[in-house]
Amino acid sequence: MSGVVVSGVSRTFPSVRGGDPVQALAPVDLTVGEGDFVAILGPSGCGKSTLLRIVAGLDRPTTGTVTLDGKPVPGPGADRGMVFQSYTLFPWLTVVENIEFGPRERGVAAAERRATAEKLMAQVGLTQFANHYPKQLSGGMQQRTALARALANDPKVLLLDEPFGALDHQTRSLMQELLLSIWETHRKTVLFVTHDIEEAVFMANRVLVMSARPGRFKSEVTIPFAHPRSYKLKTTPDFGRLEEQLTEDIRGETIIAVQAGF
Amino acid sequence: MKPLEPVSTTARVGLGIAFFVIFFAAWAAVTFGGLVPKIFLADPVTMLQEGWYLITNHGFLVDIGVTVWRVVGGFILAALVAVPLGLAMGAYKPVEAFFEPFVSFARYLPASAFIPLFILWAGVGEKQKLLVIFVGSVFQIVLMVAVAVGSIRRDLVEAALTLGARDQGIVGRVMVPYAAPQIAEILRLVLGWAWTYVIVAELIGSSSGIGHMIIESQALLATGQMIFGIIVIGVIGLISDFLFKAVNQKLFPWSTI
Repeated sequence: MSGVVVSGVSRTFPSVRGGDPVQALAPVDLTVGEGDFVAILGPSGCGKSTLLRIVAGLDRPTTGTVTLDGKPVPGPGADRGMVFQSYTLFPWLTVVENIEFGPRERGVAAAERRATAEKLMAQVGLTQFANHYPKQLSGGMQQRTALARALANDPKVLLLDEPFGALDHQTRSLMQELLLSIWETHRKTVLFVTHDIEEAVFMANRVLVMSARPGRFKSEVTIPFAHPRSYKLKTTPDFGRLEEQLTEDIRGETIIAVQAGF
Repeated sequence: MKPLEPVSTTARVGLGIAFFVIFFAAWAAVTFGGLVPKIFLADPVTMLQEGWYLITNHGFLVDIGVTVWRVVGGFILAALVAVPLGLAMGAYKPVEAFFEPFVSFARYLPASAFIPLFILWAGVGEKQKLLVIFVGSVFQIVLMVAVAVGSIRRDLVEAALTLGARDQGIVGRVMVPYAAPQIAEILRLVLGWAWTYVIVAELIGSSSGIGHMIIESQALLATGQMIFGIIVIGVIGLISDFLFKAVNQKLFPWSTI
């Protein structure tokens, strides 16, 4: 089976200072086929990031397994690139050096990794900023660099943990279009976590709604729009109907989450 | 004046110099005005004259050179041991668990209290001076470097892991560059403390160095010479601080953006 297969994965965090153990994630199953773009939509604290971290290998599942192309994932690795919500560029490296980090760790020759970085910088529109340090960049530019950095390893899967969550609305829209155009070119397998309904419907082929803690999949919606998609799609009636349906699905969960105090 | 309101560069320099002027003016006033007897405190002019006399007739520049050599030598030895150990402790928790309790204990052992013991072991030569500075600096550097390295942002380590970095890459190409500017700052700070240890070591048992000159001058009640020696230490400290800052800015341009 190619792609990512999550089967029976749950995560319970051990108790802190005599409290009860917290089950963040109920056992969940998920298959993301090769070249698919799947968005996981859920209220904050529902365990969607925990699931993504488990797929990345940054966290261990309490039960269940994650496989990539049929092989269990042993831990974090270059085959699963990740972009985080927080700004995680290395502050001591310039934009181009940040993008070259992964290939350098894997022992790719200097000329080859520079060529990769230049190609990616052109794609995300950062060529003029190659020698800038992250602190000299805006939030949107930093996340564009982070996206290019993850793509530089040519990973099999791209894991995105609310990568545009800290950006303002306008910048976020442009970033969505950029990511979508990159996906339309590379057709990478993407697992995207977000709490933004519009973002999920605009980019994904499938949207999975996650329940309040402990997280499990409550419903799945297939997004029928053909690629390439334009930003104008967001104002069509079909788009609005899907948004409305998902809003209803997620609203109940958000109320539960708020009442539980997350 | 408002809280946190910035001050212009000219005003900053002017204010900094103004304090020195006021300080020397007050000193001149109490000494020339006869408020403090000459035997306890020399006036600024006498201080400068006696300083010049030390340099021209007693080879005080050689003493300064000897003291600087001792500080730098002992400090470099301490840094060579302490920085790698601190890095290992910051990166690997079992290493930290092994060394941290002892180093925390040893840090509170006053280096100056060891001087009699060091004289017994190493005599009053250079070895003993280096030993005092080494013991005074090494534990401080170890602990502070371990904290600096251990405070690495976890998300940066995770990002590196998802980019395919392994242990060596995490330590060598994430933790070390992250902590490098802080380590440089730690070394600058501890170098300042090393100056205290060298003078104490020279006061107790020595035949050369700034501390030796100060203790000789005490026997002659030459307060001008003593103060000149102390001021020389301050000026050297200021210069080394300035050099350290300049080098840090050159080496780590990203940390000061």
